[in-house]
Amino acid sequence: MPMTNFDIKNIDPEKEDNLSFEELIVNMGPQHPSTHGVLYLELTLDGEVVLDCRPHIGYLHRSCEKIAENRTYVQFIPFTDRLDYLASMNNNLGYVLTVEKLLNLQVNERAQYIRVIIAELNRVASHLISAGTLAQDLGAYATPLFYCFRDREKIVELFDTLCGSRLTYNYMRIGGVKNDLPPGADTSIKSFIKYEREKLKEYDDLLTYNAIFLSRTKKVGILKKEVAINYSITGPNLRASGVPWDLRKEEPYLVYDRFNFDVPVGEAGDAWDRFKVRLEEIEQSFRIIEQALGGIPEGNPTVKINKVYKPAAGEVYLRTENPKGELGFYIVSDGTTKPYRNKIRSPSFSNLAVLPELVRGVNISDAVCVLGSLDIVMGEIDR
Amino acid sequence: MAVNEKILGEKYLQKFPGGELILSKSEDLFKWAKGSSLWPLTFGLSCCAIEMMATGASKFDIDRFGAGVFRSSPRQCDVMIVAGTICVKMGECMKKLYAQMPEPKYVIAMGNCAIGGGIFYHDTYSVIQGTEKLGIPVDVYVTGCPPRPEGLLHGIIKLQEKIRQVQQGKEGQKGVAGKDGSSGTDKNS
Amino acid sequence: MDLQELTKILNERFPGVLGEENKTAVVIKKESLLEVARFLREDDCAFENLHCVTAVDRRDKMELVYHLYSFKLKFMLTLKIYLASDDLAVETLSGIWKSANWLEREVYDLFGIKFLNHPDMRRILNPEEWTDYPLRKDFDRPDFIRLPQTEGLKAGG
Repeated sequence: MPMTNFDIKNIDPEKEDNLSFEELIVNMGPQHPSTHGVLYLELTLDGEVVLDCRPHIGYLHRSCEKIAENRTYVQFIPFTDRLDYLASMNNNLGYVLTVEKLLNLQVNERAQYIRVIIAELNRVASHLISAGTLAQDLGAYATPLFYCFRDREKIVELFDTLCGSRLTYNYMRIGGVKNDLPPGADTSIKSFIKYEREKLKEYDDLLTYNAIFLSRTKKVGILKKEVAINYSITGPNLRASGVPWDLRKEEPYLVYDRFNFDVPVGEAGDAWDRFKVRLEEIEQSFRIIEQALGGIPEGNPTVKINKVYKPAAGEVYLRTENPKGELGFYIVSDGTTKPYRNKIRSPSFSNLAVLPELVRGVNISDAVCVLGSLDIVMGEIDR
Repeated sequence: MAVNEKILGEKYLQKFPGGELILSKSEDLFKWAKGSSLWPLTFGLSCCAIEMMATGASKFDIDRFGAGVFRSSPRQCDVMIVAGTICVKMGECMKKLYAQMPEPKYVIAMGNCAIGGGIFYHDTYSVIQGTEKLGIPVDVYVTGCPPRPEGLLHGIIKLQEKIRQVQQGKEGQKGVAGKDGSSGTDKNS
Repeated sequence: MDLQELTKILNERFPGVLGEENKTAVVIKKESLLEVARFLREDDCAFENLHCVTAVDRRDKMELVYHLYSFKLKFMLTLKIYLASDDLAVETLSGIWKSANWLEREVYDLFGIKFLNHPDMRRILNPEEWTDYPLRKDFDRPDFIRLPQTEGLKAGG
């Protein structure tokens, strides 16, 4: 309607013929101030309400699966670090367990205990970041994020003394680990656990039971049980929807069957439940680490460096419980030193697929909250 | 990359005794100010982004170098820290973002993937092997996979030194950076 | 429950549908995919979770692999379909398991296998205007740099 024909004094916004409604398509990404990486969401909006959301991925597609076909089994371990770069140790672990199953290799007990301790420490680090970044997305700009990074620095320092790197560790080897725990490692891990248990109470006061956080995350992004199973959602997202499924309990690998720990399960499946389940998993990881440190046997967990593995022709598909969900490796071997096909089934890929269903009909700010609570990592989605 | 910044009253100041001194001191002042308040663009692509965030966090604290104000809009930024692997789909977005940044702008290539493809150089069909392949000029290379936060801080310090070396309005002289972006030699180091 | 029992159940329900048997997987013909899939989901076995869909390029034929998981039986079933190189089309499973939506798009993007009646058959990881399928064994392009083979790479004992 041309502005000159408007009679400004007599506009009645209640009457529809004075207003025009249009759907707006807004590009969110691929570069946007969310720390989840390069994700492009094409949102169709009616005002502030999201009508439809089409995620576009592939902005970090690094062709890991093609690279795997031209690398030996050991040469591929550093690439697994870069998949879910917040939990590199767990990715390493999933890959070497798959190759060991292909080779029918037995692993030293001490190496298994060390692997459990390291994997659980990395789970704690990953959950801390997810908590901090969710709080940042909701507007608590820097404080929770800095607290979580401060605590994560302590874990990263432990890993630094262990294997020399802060983010991409390349620590697990086929048949064992790269080197043994340094002397004094168990005292530093125990003192970290003591320190972090105090901080978890602080985070509960600061975030979990904070009135603003509750009103932003309760009843937002409710993921029902049947929908979650149908979309093959795994990990804390599935547990928050009420399914008590944890691969470490149901199909234990390594020595997880020797430890007592609980599996935190949510009720409503909303963003708050997903956040709370992750914080409670940190406490359960501490229980596992303490039991493992108490029962770790003596031995030599390292393996010879210059081995080249040539598994028999065959295939194997193995999943492990990563902080983000179930990471699966499907390796097809043709009897040579390099795999014929290496497929990486990443948990965040399936977890992100449910996003369009969860954000239909909510405001943009709630859509950001849902995305943050799903805890995805683009390195793993795009591979 | 270097822009001729006219200082107010330059013509008149040059005529007075001591005027040249004031001009060169004020140039130093502007260069110091530019280097000490670099506003980075949040351009974390993959693993190096986490180390960039760790550099911004409390232990390494990039803010004490003036570069702690991360902005998501390229219109408000001075420096683009390319942290992560550049893939084919993202390369076009990156060129647009670089074009949208106002002059003077700088680029830090952080991590092996941004420098030359990193471990994804071979056998890949979707990775661009380095920032320079896109046509974006890089000022500082920070190596590592990922570089330690101290490495990124060293890169920021090097960039500040580079900014202080560039003399405005005096191209074509030996040892001075020119408008074509070629860097000068540092006679002191 | 193990693979032999499951193969027996499937053979009773769908006689003649199973192709040759592998030790690790069940091979079925591509025409019977939808019925077998529906049966597996709705029967007592309750394979509610389609964990992974992928493909392997066997040079003369294409092998499509589905990994189905049953929470009740705690069993992971590998279902395989062999496709001839000139007939790379199969029915989609996204009506039965929603996780198949994106997983099948990825297989189409990387291998070129089309899924009929898919709600959104587009590329997902690579740019949409690309025309080649990168994970095929005969993929080559001028800018595709292969890692040079090092000599002296011998298998250890």
